[in-house]
Amino acid sequence: MTPILLTPSDLALAALLLVADGVLSIILGLGLHKRLAVAGARMVVQLLLVGYVLRLVFASGHPAITLLLIMVMALVATREIGARPRARLARFGNYAIAGTAVAVSTGLTAVLALTTAIRPQPWWDPHYAIPLAGIILGSVLNAASLSLDSVLRGVMLERPGIEAQLALGVPYAHAMRPLMREAARVGLLPVVNQMTAAGVITLPGIMTGQILAGLDPVEAVKYQILLMFLLAGSSGLAAVLVAGLTVRRLTDPRQRLRLDRLHG
Amino acid sequence: MTSPTSAASGVAVPRLEVRGLRSDLAGPFDFMLSSGSALAVTGPSGAGKSVLLRMIADLDPNTGEALLDGVLRSVIPAPAWRARVVYSAAEPGWWHERVGDHFVRSPAVLLDRLGLRSSILDQPVRLCSTGERQRLALLRALERDPAVLLLDEPTSSLDADSVTAVEALLRERREAGMALLVVTHDLAQAARLGERHMRLELGRLNPA
Repeated sequence: MTPILLTPSDLALAALLLVADGVLSIILGLGLHKRLAVAGARMVVQLLLVGYVLRLVFASGHPAITLLLIMVMALVATREIGARPRARLARFGNYAIAGTAVAVSTGLTAVLALTTAIRPQPWWDPHYAIPLAGIILGSVLNAASLSLDSVLRGVMLERPGIEAQLALGVPYAHAMRPLMREAARVGLLPVVNQMTAAGVITLPGIMTGQILAGLDPVEAVKYQILLMFLLAGSSGLAAVLVAGLTVRRLTDPRQRLRLDRLHG
Repeated sequence: MTSPTSAASGVAVPRLEVRGLRSDLAGPFDFMLSSGSALAVTGPSGAGKSVLLRMIADLDPNTGEALLDGVLRSVIPAPAWRARVVYSAAEPGWWHERVGDHFVRSPAVLLDRLGLRSSILDQPVRLCSTGERQRLALLRALERDPAVLLLDEPTSSLDADSVTAVEALLRERREAGMALLVVTHDLAQAARLGERHMRLELGRLNPA
């Protein structure tokens, strides 16, 4: 079975649904029609651009270009993670921590999957490496940003209790342990929810896509299971890394709590 | 407990010595506390009294040196230093739900001396009054058997009877060798607790 290819007129017909939304907004006075139009146009342009970029990268089959594209995606994820919390660590700490966690967790899980389970020839084949990195990055983005927000919020809230422990001679790492645990827990929640809902409440996107593209459902499910494991691994790694690096940035060799390095 | 003496001179080594201790906010501070002695510090709000205590406990960045029984602070790991030179904040922090979980051993006898019910140990911290928390924080600090105790406004929320009980307990610990540095707004308490009394103004320590 070959996938059914869509023509521009197919898309134009479906776009009528967006137009219907706009009409609804005007009739009901929702004031959303302009934003709907802009968002719809933006979505079309963004996706078409990505499509053509991917077509070029796939055609080139060059490892450096593949890596470059993945790095651009990772940088965007890093920016999102670092910008989410209201509090900012001094010297661009949010971004340094986010970047490290994104690079390590995505890199390790993607390379693991490409060299063991999926094994395309060559292993960095952009057809596999880029979508895989993209899916993992999405999950890492969620886990890392929740973890970072949790530690930064927690440390400001729990400051008196942490300092009380330090003042009694409790080592810094010990006093910070509950915050680390909470951050790792919060970071892992989305992937736990995702696994719980998979196939029952939601039909995961990759699986759906592969079925639409003509793959046997059981084969598609196997891919999805592999991906879920990869997402669980990378999310856990990212959440713990972010929490650990943040906690480390908030102290000094005399094991003080250095909230002067946190602004906002 | 007796204070160690330097063999060469036979002069007692001070329990706590502070040399040129300063930060951006206050200092420099230079003084000594011998074993069993007490120093009361008074002064206007914002003069740097809490800053001084936190610097001695090494909780805020600072320069200068502090010595415990003649040993430089910089050669002692920070947690070990803070376990011996214990700071108790004016508004003590808590990190467990239950009061009793903040103690290593049950402080039953001492609870009674400070007028606290022993059932308070099973209570959540948030249900304790400010005065109860103040006394519990003091017991928590004394439990570690500190060589130096740094107290910030230890009796600000206590009734007269509790103040008397707290001061008696502190006197007892001093007789056992503990040195005490207490920040207070109460001049009468400064006189009762401290054999020495100094005023902190504009970040500098002067004899009162």
